[in-house]
Amino acid sequence: MSTSQLEKVPFTSKDLVTDQDVRWCPGCGDYSILKQVQTVVPELGLNREEIVFISGIGCSSRFPYYMETYGMHSIHGRATAIASGLKATRPELSVWIVTGDGDSLSIGGNHFIHLLRRNFDVNILLFNNEIYGLTKGQYSPTSEAGKVTKSTPMGSIDHPFNPLALVLGADGTFVARTMDRDPIHMREVLKRANLHKGSSLVEIYQNCNVFNDGAFEVYTDKKTKADETLFVEHGKPLVFGADKAKGIILDGFTPKVVDLNELSVNDLWVHDESDRVKAGILTRFFDEVNTEPHLPRVFGVFYVEDRARYEDVFNQQIADSIRLKGEGNLDKLLSGNNTWEVK
Amino acid sequence: MSLVKLLTFAQHFTGLPVLFTEMENNSVIATEATILFAGDSGDGIQLTGDQFTTTTALFGNDVSTFPNFPAEIRAPQGTLAGVSGFQIKFGSQEIYTAGDHCDLLVVMNAAALKANLNQLKPGGMIIANTEGFDPKNLRLAKYPEGVNPLEDGSLSDYKVYKLEVTKMTKATLEGSGLGTKEIDRTKNMFVLGYIFWIYNRTPEHTIKFIEQKFAKRPEIVDANVKTLKAGYHFGETSETFMQRVQVKPATIEPGIYRNMTGNPATAIGLIAAAKKAGLPLFLGSYPITPASDILHELSKHKNFGVRTFQAEDEIAAITSAIGAAFGGSLAVTTSSGPGIALKTEAIGLAIMLELPLVIINVQRGGPSTGLPTKTEQADLMQAIYGRNGEAPMPVIAAQTPADCFFAVYEACRIAVEHSTPVFFLSDGYLANGAEPWKFPTSSELKPINPNFATPLPEGETFLPYKRDEKLARKWAVPGVKGLEHRIGGLEKENETGNISYDPDNHEFMVKLRAEKVARVADSIPSQTLDNGPEKGKVLVLGWGSTYGSIKTAVKKALDEGYSVAHCHVRYIMPFPKNLESILRNYDTVIVPEMNNGQLVKIIRDKFLIDAKGISKIKGIPFTADEIFQHIVSHS
Repeated sequence: MSTSQLEKVPFTSKDLVTDQDVRWCPGCGDYSILKQVQTVVPELGLNREEIVFISGIGCSSRFPYYMETYGMHSIHGRATAIASGLKATRPELSVWIVTGDGDSLSIGGNHFIHLLRRNFDVNILLFNNEIYGLTKGQYSPTSEAGKVTKSTPMGSIDHPFNPLALVLGADGTFVARTMDRDPIHMREVLKRANLHKGSSLVEIYQNCNVFNDGAFEVYTDKKTKADETLFVEHGKPLVFGADKAKGIILDGFTPKVVDLNELSVNDLWVHDESDRVKAGILTRFFDEVNTEPHLPRVFGVFYVEDRARYEDVFNQQIADSIRLKGEGNLDKLLSGNNTWEVK
Repeated sequence: MSLVKLLTFAQHFTGLPVLFTEMENNSVIATEATILFAGDSGDGIQLTGDQFTTTTALFGNDVSTFPNFPAEIRAPQGTLAGVSGFQIKFGSQEIYTAGDHCDLLVVMNAAALKANLNQLKPGGMIIANTEGFDPKNLRLAKYPEGVNPLEDGSLSDYKVYKLEVTKMTKATLEGSGLGTKEIDRTKNMFVLGYIFWIYNRTPEHTIKFIEQKFAKRPEIVDANVKTLKAGYHFGETSETFMQRVQVKPATIEPGIYRNMTGNPATAIGLIAAAKKAGLPLFLGSYPITPASDILHELSKHKNFGVRTFQAEDEIAAITSAIGAAFGGSLAVTTSSGPGIALKTEAIGLAIMLELPLVIINVQRGGPSTGLPTKTEQADLMQAIYGRNGEAPMPVIAAQTPADCFFAVYEACRIAVEHSTPVFFLSDGYLANGAEPWKFPTSSELKPINPNFATPLPEGETFLPYKRDEKLARKWAVPGVKGLEHRIGGLEKENETGNISYDPDNHEFMVKLRAEKVARVADSIPSQTLDNGPEKGKVLVLGWGSTYGSIKTAVKKALDEGYSVAHCHVRYIMPFPKNLESILRNYDTVIVPEMNNGQLVKIIRDKFLIDAKGISKIKGIPFTADEIFQHIVSHS
C-alpha cells in the first residue's frame, strides 16, 4: 500500500477543496488557517492520497471535512492517539492533526503529551482561541485567569496553561507559534513543520470573533503588533518594536528588553533553534500585556531537535525480529514446543 | 487383599472415595484426581502447578487447571491475603473443570491451610510444610494463640502428612554454596518431586524446564534439580506410610495435543486470524489484570509482523487501534471491565466509522476496581448495551481456555468481513485456566476475506458508506488514489458518508446499523446442543466459562436419568437464528451465570421465555455439583 515510491502527481489548492460547505462562523480565524494549509500542502511534494487529516472535537476539528484528502473527525481529545496508531502502522503517510486548546490541552491532555514524547512524525496544528467555541463560550485551559464566561460569571479561577512550555516539558521536538492574521508567516512555519522529522507542534493564535473576539488583537493589530510581538529566526538577533529599535539580551537567565539606540545589535541574544534552555526561556515570554513591564510574545520556530521517531524504531523491531527469528510460521506457533500424540 | 479391603485401604490413604477399583505397581488406580497447591505468593506455587500440569498432560491425562492468586503482587508474607493457589484436576476420563473440591491439599504455610481447607473433600489428604506452621506463621494466619491445627486434632477427618520441607531442602543443598534465600527458593521443587512420586509421574520434563530456564546459572539448575529429585526419592523412602495413586492416560480423541491457557490462546488466535486475512496485526493496550498476558504474548511474536503498542491509557489503547484500523491493520484492543468502561466512547466511534476492530474484555469481578484477580461474567450487559445512543455490535464469548482461540478468530472474521467492531468476552477463569488442546493446522482455519475498496474508473465518485449484501461498507485505506474520503463520529448520510442532521436519515441509519449487526447471523453456525435430548424437562443454557461445570453437571444428571440438556451460546449478539426454537423444546430453561442474571434477562427480553437465572457472584466458578443441584431442583 506504500505510495512513497510512486511518482508524485501534482495537485493544486483547488484540488484540496471538498464539496462540503464550510460552516465556521463568518469572520472566524479558522478560514485563514484552512486557506494557508490548502496553499501550502500542494507545495510539499506529497501525493494527495497519502495525506491524512485527523481531528478531535471542537470548531477547529471540522477541518478534515474541508480537505479533499483522507480524513477522520474523531472524538474529543483523541485525535493524537488515533494518529499515533495510524502513523505507527503506516509510517509512509503524511499525518496531520488538527486540534484546539480544549481538545488537546484539556480533555486530550494525556494523549497530547505522550504523542510528543514518543515523537511520531506528525504535524500538529493547535488552534488556540482561548475559549470553548462549539459549546458556546466557556473558558478554556488557555483562558486567562479571571476570565468571565458563561461558566465563570465571577471570573475563572484556573491558572492557564502555557502551551509551548508544556510542549517543551513533554520533550516536543519542534515547537513553533504563528497566528491566523499573518498568512505569510503561517505558511512559512507550516512548511518548516512539515519538513521536520518528528512531532511538529504549531500553536496558531486564532481569533474566535463570536465568543472571545480580540483575544490576540495586540499581536495582530497594526498599532500594537510591532511592540508586542517578537518574530524569531534562527541565527538572527532578537530585534522587535517599531523601527526595529528594541532588542532582547540575556542577563544570566533573565531576558531583558533593551533600547537599540543605546546598545548595539551585536550585543543581543541570537536565536538558536537547537538551544533547549533558551527555547524554554522564549516560551516564558508569556506575560499578560496589561502588566508592566512585559516582554513581547514570541512567534516563529522556538526549538528543533532531531530525535528518533517512534514509528521508525517500532517498525525496525519488527524487521529485526524477522531477521533474527525468521518470518513467523503459523503452524509452528499453533503447535508450540510441547506436544504429545494421543493414538 | 479383597476388593472391599482394598477400597477401604485406598480410601483411607488417598481420600479418593469411589473412583478406583484396582491396584497396579503398589498404586491405587484412580480415574481422576484433584490437587490444590497453596502457599505464600512467593512460594513458587504457580510454577509448581504449571510443572505438574505439563508433566501430567504430556503423560496423556485430560487436565483442567485454575490458578488463584492474590491481588497484591507481594502481600505480606504468611498472611491470608498473600495466599496463592493452583488447582489441577486430571483424569483418565474427560475433564471439563479444575474440580469442585480437591483430593489433595498441599499447603506451604498455615495461612494456605486456613484459606483452602474448605476446598478439600471430606477425608481428603493434606501435605503440610511444618515449618510454615511455626508460631509466627500461625499468628499471621490468625490462628488463636497456642493453636496449631496440625497438632490439635482439628484435622482428624483428614489424612495429614507433615513434611519438614525447609529442613530437608537445606539438608539436600548443604555445601552447595548457595545462600539461605536461594536455598529457600527451591523448596517448592522438593514438594513437586514428592507429588510426582505420589502420582507416578517422572520429573524429567521439569528437569528439562529447569535447565532451560536457568541456563545461565548452572548452580541454580543444580540446586533445583537436586531438590526436585530429593523430594521424589523421599517418597520412595517413606513409602511405608504413603499410598501412591495412578491416573492412567485418558482415552481422548486421537491427535496431537498441547497444553493451552486462555490468554495465550487468545493471542495466538489473533495472530492466526491476521495471517489468514493477510493483514498486519495491531494491538493497542494498557496493562490491566487479568488481560495483560495477551499483550505480553503478542509482544513476543513480532516476527509475525505483530505490532503491539502499550498506550498511555485505555482510551489511547482503543483509539490508536482505531487509527490502525483506518490504516488497514487488523486492529485489536485488550482490557478488562474498568478499562472497557473507559473505552466506551471510542467503541461508539468505531461503530459509526464502521471499521473492523476487535475489543477483548477479559472479565473480572466488578464493579469499579472490584476483584481484579477473581473471575466474573458481569460485563455481558456492558458489552451488549454499554454505549451512548443505539449502538449494537456483535458479541462473542469463549467457553474454555483453548476455545479462546476459535472464539477470537471468529471475532476477527466477523469484524473484517462485516466491517464492524466486535466484542470478544473471556474472563479470569479462562484467561489463566489451561487444558489440553488438539490444535488445528493453519490450512484447517476458515479463510478471512477483507473487503478492501479498489480504485475507481475515471470520473466515478467513491461512496465510502455504500454497502454490500451484508450491509458492510468497503475498507478504503489511505494511500489509494481516488478514494480520498472523510469519516467521523457525526451522523452520516448513507452511501456518501456526509454529515447529515436529517431526522429521517438518522432513524434510517440507526435501523440500518442494527440490521447490519443482525445480518451477522447469516454467517455464523447454527446453535447446537452440547449434550442431552432435543426435547425435555430442563435445558441448562450457559455462556462463557461456565461451560466445564455445566458440562460435568449435565453429564452426571443424564447418567442419573434426568431429562436435561446443555446448550452453550458462543454468539450472543446476534444469537444464532435457531436458538429460540431450541429453547422452546424444554419445560424449563435455567441459566447459570457468574453474575446477578444478565444473559437470562436478554433471553427473557428477546424471546419472552420464562427462563430462570442461577447466580453465583463470589469471584470463583460454579462447581459442577452446584449446577447439578439446580438441575435436580428444577426437574
